Amino acid sequence: MRTLTRLLAGAALATGIAGAASAQDDPFTVGFVYVGPTGDFGWTYEHDQGRLAVEEEYGDAVETVFAESVPEGPDAERVITQMILGGADMIFTTSFGYGEATNAVAAQFPDVYFEHATGYLREHPNVSTYSARFYEGRAVIGHIAGHMTESNIIGYIASYPIPEVIRGINSAYLHARAVNPDVEFRVVWAYTWFDPAAEGEAAQALIDAGADVIMQHTDSTAPQAIAEEAGVITFGQASDMYQFAPRPRVSSIIDDWAPYYIRRVGEAMEGTWEQADTWDGIGAGMVGIGEMTDAIPEEVRASATELMERIASGEYHPFTGPINMQDGSAWLAEGEIADDGTLAGMDFYVEGITGEIPN
Amino acid sequence: MIVDPVTLIVALITISTPVLLAALGELVVEKSGVLNLGVEGMMIMGAVCGFVTANEVHGYATLHEIVWLDRLAPTLAFLAGMAGAAVLSLIFAFLTQFLMSNQVATGLALTLFGLGLAALIGVGYEGQPIPEVAKPLPAALREIPVVGPILFSHDFVTYLAIFAVFAIWYVLRHTRIGLVLRAVGESHDAAHALGYKVVRIRVVAILFGGAMAGLGGAFLSVVYVENWVQGMTAGAGWIALALVVFAAWKPGRVLFGAWLFGGIAALQLRLQAAEVGVPVALLDASPYLVTIIVLVVMSSNRARAALNAPAALGKTFHASG
Repeated sequence: MRTLTRLLAGAALATGIAGAASAQDDPFTVGFVYVGPTGDFGWTYEHDQGRLAVEEEYGDAVETVFAESVPEGPDAERVITQMILGGADMIFTTSFGYGEATNAVAAQFPDVYFEHATGYLREHPNVSTYSARFYEGRAVIGHIAGHMTESNIIGYIASYPIPEVIRGINSAYLHARAVNPDVEFRVVWAYTWFDPAAEGEAAQALIDAGADVIMQHTDSTAPQAIAEEAGVITFGQASDMYQFAPRPRVSSIIDDWAPYYIRRVGEAMEGTWEQADTWDGIGAGMVGIGEMTDAIPEEVRASATELMERIASGEYHPFTGPINMQDGSAWLAEGEIADDGTLAGMDFYVEGITGEIPN
Repeated sequence: MIVDPVTLIVALITISTPVLLAALGELVVEKSGVLNLGVEGMMIMGAVCGFVTANEVHGYATLHEIVWLDRLAPTLAFLAGMAGAAVLSLIFAFLTQFLMSNQVATGLALTLFGLGLAALIGVGYEGQPIPEVAKPLPAALREIPVVGPILFSHDFVTYLAIFAVFAIWYVLRHTRIGLVLRAVGESHDAAHALGYKVVRIRVVAILFGGAMAGLGGAFLSVVYVENWVQGMTAGAGWIALALVVFAAWKPGRVLFGAWLFGGIAALQLRLQAAEVGVPVALLDASPYLVTIIVLVVMSSNRARAALNAPAALGKTFHASG
């Protein structure tokens, strides 16, 4: 697998070098490091759409290169370094696990701009982090799921026990319970971002355990295919997954990175780029809710849309007290809103979720 | 009951099908004395060729409203998956049997080449529609409690895989063809001296291994995931290779191993869904741990290990001697 990535990275770089050499006026080169294949129709697909939007926006002034299926960990450091040696002026690393590698390379190349998605490490002035408030979207689909479930068991395919994923589970659960006090969440940790067979197995296990609504925080469409056969409903993850509408996919959370990528690349080219920690949600358009299909009753569609609008306008925050932690101790008092620091490092379930977070 | 045993058994039989097919193919290849490490590459070629064929035939049949062709699409897809992977394995056969290249290096290269070529062939096919694969047995049989889902709810390819276990066992053990194949794998020089065409037999075995791996890959993309995505086999080919060693080159044990590995995977997900506190990482790693333990046990007794492994495994043959 590692050698494959090496080859892919090499191929991507070769294109990059060839492109840079042939252009007379040396375009600004932007490199993207992806955790999955661009054809996953999920997480990586949307980042690649962002890359294409950057190319479209700036035309010949920008050159982009990318490496797919790069393993998280030390190997990423080598891929990033090779990209820069190949002429990249700016690097987007688009998965949580690239954090240390991104910062390690940033120390060696102070003139290159680094943008790390969903991370928190900014050890050097040339490293920014950015993420989307996916939990806002999860609140909306949790609301729909709470209404739709008849067995009152909602299955959740989780990837890794990191704050990003735990936050999503908590947000979805809180809003499902708000409309359906009997709802239960069953969480299966797949320990992968992208493995169609494993994700499909996880979906099947949850369905066999009685779940009639499946949510996923992994990137492939395999759970959708399994759910379709079993007659249960799902939500598109990261990308719209509209090919599974109107059932099983009844709505989706869509990541839209294009506006952010266009803005940051523009700033870097103009020299106005500054280190930042961006965390945008539905309001800023970084998180979108895919079309709600007819499989959802009309009044639920209306209430979900209303919830979405209240979140977008800032009127309502998905983590508003009173909320207790899983062990019953108080977290947020009545009307209190969670601060971003706690959300960013969230490592606990809220009260009512019965499972345990693996360590 | 925390975990429903019936759905667990149904799931593990389905999950293990691709790996079982690939491992059976590799078993025959290794019995002929050839080590082909390109199983992963051949599986993914089968997956992409199968999916592309299913999609193209489906599109054509829908456009011209040919119902029988649409029904035939999955079968054609399986054949295409087998053919695609067999063609890939032919490259391996040519390099190792005629140019006498190193089998380990060539097999690894085959995996890399297969993954890359499959990604290239599959561009644009992600998320495209394919026809539903009909179950071979009538739905009424599936309604029988306990026995129905376990015995009668599977896909044609799954039954084929289990049938192949018995067929391969019988052929290797009780037929002249099997005896010749094993002779070639044990001592190619002796087989050659007796007048058997060592290279020809090995090429056929390699092609068979490719076709089986391809069928496993096609099952994954056409039946199980119903989609094509790059790198979708995600290491199933390597598990198939481990399985052959684990099974000590015995078809029955390959079936047992495939169900054991599939069972562990299916069980750990179900224990999680039932909220039983299990160390997930340990269960996830257990197939590999079991393989290591079996390898250690096998190699601890030299005579026994030598009895099971084909003696000429991985050795290059040339008629001159």
